[in-house]
Amino acid sequence: MSESEGGGEIVLALRGITKRFGPTLANERIDLTLRRGEAVALLGENGAGKTTLMNILFGQYAADEGTVEVFGRPLPPGRPRAALEAGIGMVHQHFTLAENLTVLENILLGAAPLAGLSLGRGAARARLAALSAEYGLKVEPDARVAALTVGERQRVEILKALWRDACILILDEPTAVLTPQEAEALFATLRRAAAKGLSLVFISHKLHEVMAVANRVVVLRRGRVAGAARVAETDARRLAAMMVGAEVERPVPAPRAPGEPLLSLDKVSTPPSGARPGLRRVSLDLRAGTITGLAGVSGNGQAALAALVAGAARPAEGRILLAGGREAGPGWSPRAALREGVGRVPEDRKREGVVADFTLAENAMLEEYRASPFSRFGWLSRRAARARAEALIAEHDIRCPGPEARIRLLSGGNMQKLILGRALAPGPRVILADQPARGLDVGAVAAIHAKLLAARDGGAAILLISEDLDEVMSLSDVIHVISEGRLSPPFARGEMSAAALGLRMAGEGFADAA
Amino acid sequence: MEILDILLSATFWAAAVRIATPLIFATMGELICERAGVLNLGIEGIMAMGAFTGWIAVYAGADLWAGVGAAFLAGMLFGLLHGVLTAPFGLSQHVVGLGITLLASAVAAFAYRVSLPQVTNPPKIEPFQAVAPALADFPILGPALFAQTPLTWAAFAVAGLTAFVLWRTPLGLAVRAAGESPEAVAAQGLSVNGLRIGAVMVGSGLMAVGGAFLTLSAFSSFFFEMVNGRGWVCIALVVFGAWRPGKALLGALLFAAFDALQVRLQQTPMGADIPYQIFLMAPYALSILALVVMSRRAAAPAALMIPWRKGER
Repeated sequence: MSESEGGGEIVLALRGITKRFGPTLANERIDLTLRRGEAVALLGENGAGKTTLMNILFGQYAADEGTVEVFGRPLPPGRPRAALEAGIGMVHQHFTLAENLTVLENILLGAAPLAGLSLGRGAARARLAALSAEYGLKVEPDARVAALTVGERQRVEILKALWRDACILILDEPTAVLTPQEAEALFATLRRAAAKGLSLVFISHKLHEVMAVANRVVVLRRGRVAGAARVAETDARRLAAMMVGAEVERPVPAPRAPGEPLLSLDKVSTPPSGARPGLRRVSLDLRAGTITGLAGVSGNGQAALAALVAGAARPAEGRILLAGGREAGPGWSPRAALREGVGRVPEDRKREGVVADFTLAENAMLEEYRASPFSRFGWLSRRAARARAEALIAEHDIRCPGPEARIRLLSGGNMQKLILGRALAPGPRVILADQPARGLDVGAVAAIHAKLLAARDGGAAILLISEDLDEVMSLSDVIHVISEGRLSPPFARGEMSAAALGLRMAGEGFADAA
Repeated sequence: MEILDILLSATFWAAAVRIATPLIFATMGELICERAGVLNLGIEGIMAMGAFTGWIAVYAGADLWAGVGAAFLAGMLFGLLHGVLTAPFGLSQHVVGLGITLLASAVAAFAYRVSLPQVTNPPKIEPFQAVAPALADFPILGPALFAQTPLTWAAFAVAGLTAFVLWRTPLGLAVRAAGESPEAVAAQGLSVNGLRIGAVMVGSGLMAVGGAFLTLSAFSSFFFEMVNGRGWVCIALVVFGAWRPGKALLGALLFAAFDALQVRLQQTPMGADIPYQIFLMAPYALSILALVVMSRRAAAPAALMIPWRKGER
């Protein structure tokens, strides 16, 4: 590891940090040092352990093993207050601002001892103005935070840290919610802060940002340091390879001739929703006997695409074509999608996939309750629901107390097995698998993947949406990359390396890329 | 015009301010609780508890101000119970609040029966006297200001103090932030639960003092049901005041003025033809109307009634 070079005193040292959540190892023996005036980027895919590591540093979690030293002194674990007092400021991915309070009030909150007799607004306003000018962070001190844009809120968060004389600033995915212009302004601020002697830790999974801001990059992969390099001595290609890693050998599904398209999108566009981009003239064929993988960083239009396929949304422009070239007209709805044989495994399994306080039996019939045998002459048949649940439990090896247990009590993996089993039961022609394996243990992942492959061999057209590039690459017959609402052309299995896909995910190689 | 006569009479204004006093104490108490994110429906019972505690303390020989202090402490005790159940335990604020109201009302009644088993007519105590009866002859303002007892003056002081602490001190800012964004408070290493429990205790103490005004200043003895829905009115007054002490104070005075007015209207010739229940109903009906008009745009504290659990979003 190339951590020893470079001047400046060491302000922060993490040594041998290990953190487990149950059986998962989120961080494994991680070492990291940070020098004065240095900007270190912590690069890694989702779930690589970046945020966990920073939460340990900020005292929100206590590490199972290892120590954190700030200016050579050990930091007591698990106490945010201690981290603040040691000079660590953190800008969370989800801001911690009170929306109904003003900018000034948010900054002053907790900054002075509670027993004080006065807030000292006058002096505070002057100091805020000085800080704003010094770092180029323009804010209106008396504006309510609710009235601010996301970029302005982030400035408030940074000012909050500077107000407390932070010497080490941690930014967790700071650009995830920013427009490109806001991101540029943030980079300028960060460069200025580093020039003034602040030390920065910048968490990101976007290569070009890392190249723009950091002096040094540390790549995390599956909870371990996969590599480190000085930005001047590396390039995006090498970093992408480090981030994605050597491809894991998995059994390759037998090749299969692609069938007829069972559901197609034809130059479909949708409006943006909030900070999330809409789709921009996306065309996609889901063919029989094919798994179509959608690779991309979350929040690039996957949700909009999934909603179209699931019937939860209709395109603003373009057409959805069903089997045989019929157009899905204005009646396209979740119910119509079910009728057309679209089986769905939604992204948020606990909120959209199940009713958490219903039993397994009730959840098992949730998509078919109106039809026989679950409903006869308007009466629900609990016996049929129970029989279906028992069949799913046996077939999919769902570990549970029984069909009458509330599904809330099940682990994520077992819940997902029920959702997938329910989707597969009516013999769907198209299957939408949105993040099917996210957060599951290895055994459940293998079971889910096996079922998806079996459905593919049975002739179903499957759309696999995942942030895990390994998963997409190992299962898919055809891969599209989605970035900022744009869809790449289809790539056949093995046509693109992980690094090449990674660059596409970062927005490079699109026809209209900026 | 009878109404005009009433509005110009000095006793009307004196009555309005007097009626407003317990409402001001309890409304400020409720406002502090809600600003910290806790709806305190225990208010009705805590006021009854305060009325009893203050009165029994004075009846047992304590000084009047010591009675007020005893009521405050009793209120804080129930506030502690409420705060612990709703903040760290995160139980439903509605259920806990109503439970506290039932419990506190029952404890007050029970303690009264236990301490005075043989009495049919509640014994009287010597209540607070007017601050400056000499100045009370001053036209209109005289009775409204100087015929009042020190507790009424204290109520206005409490309203000012509440506004000052909540908006001008670091502690007040932290309390308000606890009701707006507990995550922001926790991110500063402050204790959300500590702030909430503290706010509910102080707020409940003030509610109890509002109750004590009834026995130590207004009626000079304790009877069951004497709080008579005043607590619930204060809940509405906090909304009416848009969670701001100044506006809530105004609301309390307005409600009290309605109440004073309806009593006097009942005694006019017109009042003889209308069932008196209509008059009794009027202040409440007008409150609802005012509430609808005034609170349409008011923003409640964002985290009001939402239990905060560490690590949950």
